[in-house]
Amino acid sequence: MNLLNLFVIALRSLNKNKIRSLLTMLGIIIGVASVIAMLAIGQGSRDSIENQISGLGSNVIMVFPGATFRGGVATAAGSAQSLEMDDLEAIRVNCPSVKYLSPVARAGGQIIAGSNNWNSSIRGVYNEYLDIRNIEVESGSRFAETDEKRASKVCIIGQTVAENLFDEYTDPVGEKIRINKIPFTVIGLLKEKGQGGMGEDQDDIIYAPFSTVQRRMRGDRQNIQQIYISAVSEEKIELASEEIDELLRTRKNISKYEDPPFNIRTQTEIVEMFTSTSNTMMVLLAGIASISLIVGGIGIMNIMLVSVTERTREIGLRMAVGARGKDILRQFLLEAILLSLLGGLIGAAFGILSSKLFVAIMNWPVTVSSYSVVLAFSFAFIIGVFFGWYPAGKAARLIPMDALRYE
Amino acid sequence: MKEQDQERKKIISVSNLSKVYDMGVIKVHALRSIDMNINEGEFTAIMGHSGSGKSTLLNIFGCLDVPTEGKYWLDGADVSHLNKNQLARMRNKKIGFVFQTYNLLPRTSALENVELPLLYNPEIRRKERKERAMNTLELVGLTDWSEHFPNQLSGGQQQRVAIARALVNDPVIMLADEPTGNLDTRTSFEVMEIFQELNGRGITIALVTHETDISKFAARNILFRDGRISKETIIKNIKNAREELEKLPPEDEL
Ligand SMILES: Nc1ncnc2c1ncn2[C@@H]1O[C@H](COP(=O)(O)OP(=O)(O)OP(=O)(O)O)[C@@H](O)[C@H]1O
Ligand SMILES: [Mg+2]
Repeated sequence: MNLLNLFVIALRSLNKNKIRSLLTMLGIIIGVASVIAMLAIGQGSRDSIENQISGLGSNVIMVFPGATFRGGVATAAGSAQSLEMDDLEAIRVNCPSVKYLSPVARAGGQIIAGSNNWNSSIRGVYNEYLDIRNIEVESGSRFAETDEKRASKVCIIGQTVAENLFDEYTDPVGEKIRINKIPFTVIGLLKEKGQGGMGEDQDDIIYAPFSTVQRRMRGDRQNIQQIYISAVSEEKIELASEEIDELLRTRKNISKYEDPPFNIRTQTEIVEMFTSTSNTMMVLLAGIASISLIVGGIGIMNIMLVSVTERTREIGLRMAVGARGKDILRQFLLEAILLSLLGGLIGAAFGILSSKLFVAIMNWPVTVSSYSVVLAFSFAFIIGVFFGWYPAGKAARLIPMDALRYE
Repeated sequence: MKEQDQERKKIISVSNLSKVYDMGVIKVHALRSIDMNINEGEFTAIMGHSGSGKSTLLNIFGCLDVPTEGKYWLDGADVSHLNKNQLARMRNKKIGFVFQTYNLLPRTSALENVELPLLYNPEIRRKERKERAMNTLELVGLTDWSEHFPNQLSGGQQQRVAIARALVNDPVIMLADEPTGNLDTRTSFEVMEIFQELNGRGITIALVTHETDISKFAARNILFRDGRISKETIIKNIKNAREELEKLPPEDEL
């Protein structure tokens, strides 16, 4: 019997017992849907982490003063005052694998322009910071050489800040704004960056010269909250980090075996840290989902055994008119495979739908990858073959006369 | 009607055929060294008491079962020692089997029931299959019922569908195990009318029955007793099913 005919027979037999087929498929439906949804959530959070980390910039190394940085949590970072402007300059001079570097001073506050006001965060940085993080200026300019020396009251603002302070007819460049009551001149407008990996608005930001924020807003002359550094190339990230570590230890008289009062994090380390946790999560979730797939497979086997028993006379008759064991095996195997594949199809639809729902309702970062759909499908197929084989084989081994006489 | 013609082709030939069912403690001798032939074009009725081995013999003829001992030639080929798949081939190509209980596939149209044997013959394409099934249904007078499901047909009609199914693969012999066992007199005669008509077209038929009424429609009657042939009769005045039907009282008087 050819495949098309077998296919028709299998479909019909499933159609005759619609409810039963549906209930049988339920296990597979739930299994496949959860495999896809789980992988989508896992992949989504991984993507968002990657996005965010790549949003840090290229070949980034960060140096924090003070306490250690363990398990992704900075314990009172910056509390020990250990990074100074001299360290910064020393890195620039002595570390050949370092390309750009910039201190970062953070502040927040109320910004007023005319009758509009807005709250945003302000970062004091060098022009180099913009290079490290691939931040581009859309109109206006970056800081002038002298701005840093003089702690000029100039700033570059993000799109969100501009939208909230100025109407659409006003070019923000050249306008005056007040940040925490200090008057600033807007010298540049940043190119739109959109949402970050965690859904935060990357355009709600103001950059000012480092010295301006450090001295005028934070009232600090020496201690640096954070240094942003980029290595000359991706391969040199590790080397650059070692150079910095060695230099800072020498400067601060700390041996290799002591915990340093500063902390160096490279982009690669951060990526690894996050992906390893999200990997464990994904394996766990996929494991749970596979169990429900297997339970679904057992359901299929159960119902196929019932079906073979119910249709013993039919099997006998088919054999009497010339069906070989092989034909019967194929018929029932195909039915089992069809059950699981159909379940897989419905499950995939549910899985994708619920993933989209996660995005829409809970604003979770979810990515449905085609490989997860393929994976879930092949899994469903294998389960159909595996759990369909025994009942189908049982049917194929029936003796025609006995099957015909079966009551 | 048929004189003994030595030149005529032997469709079925068995020699020293025995069938023993081993039930562990007891051994049931269903058939004890049977020798018999069925020639092409013959209409044979196999008679006997319940348990005399009629069905056992017919099942072996139909390649549904294998003999414990002895030889069986079907259409010139020794089929005594074929394996399961070879037996399936034989059933598919050479045998048409009609059961007492019709054995139609439920919720499957009459036409598709008739097509079934051809589905298991890879040489026959879809178009030919449909055509042959339709033609065979016409032969048993059920053209208008081709799309009906078995549960929408009377017992007699169902048995005619089963006969069409047994015919569709152009078998060398039609075997029927008590085909009228579940039918009333009139319907039985109608079924026998079909058998006689088919036999008239040259189809070889062997039929099991325990009703003498029915066996008189066949030219050759073989009586079984305890797994042995006890008597063979050639019927001189074979009853004609159509005439017998006319003799029955009109249906509305029943
Ligand atoms: N599958 C089987 N297993 C064991 N014994 C069997 C089997 N089939 C038939 N027999 C035995 O073989 C003998 C012949 O049975 P068979 O069915 O051939 O009789 P029959 O002539 O067709 O009877 P009936 O008219 O009742 O149909 C009986 O004694 C029966 O019990
Ligand atoms: Mg019998």
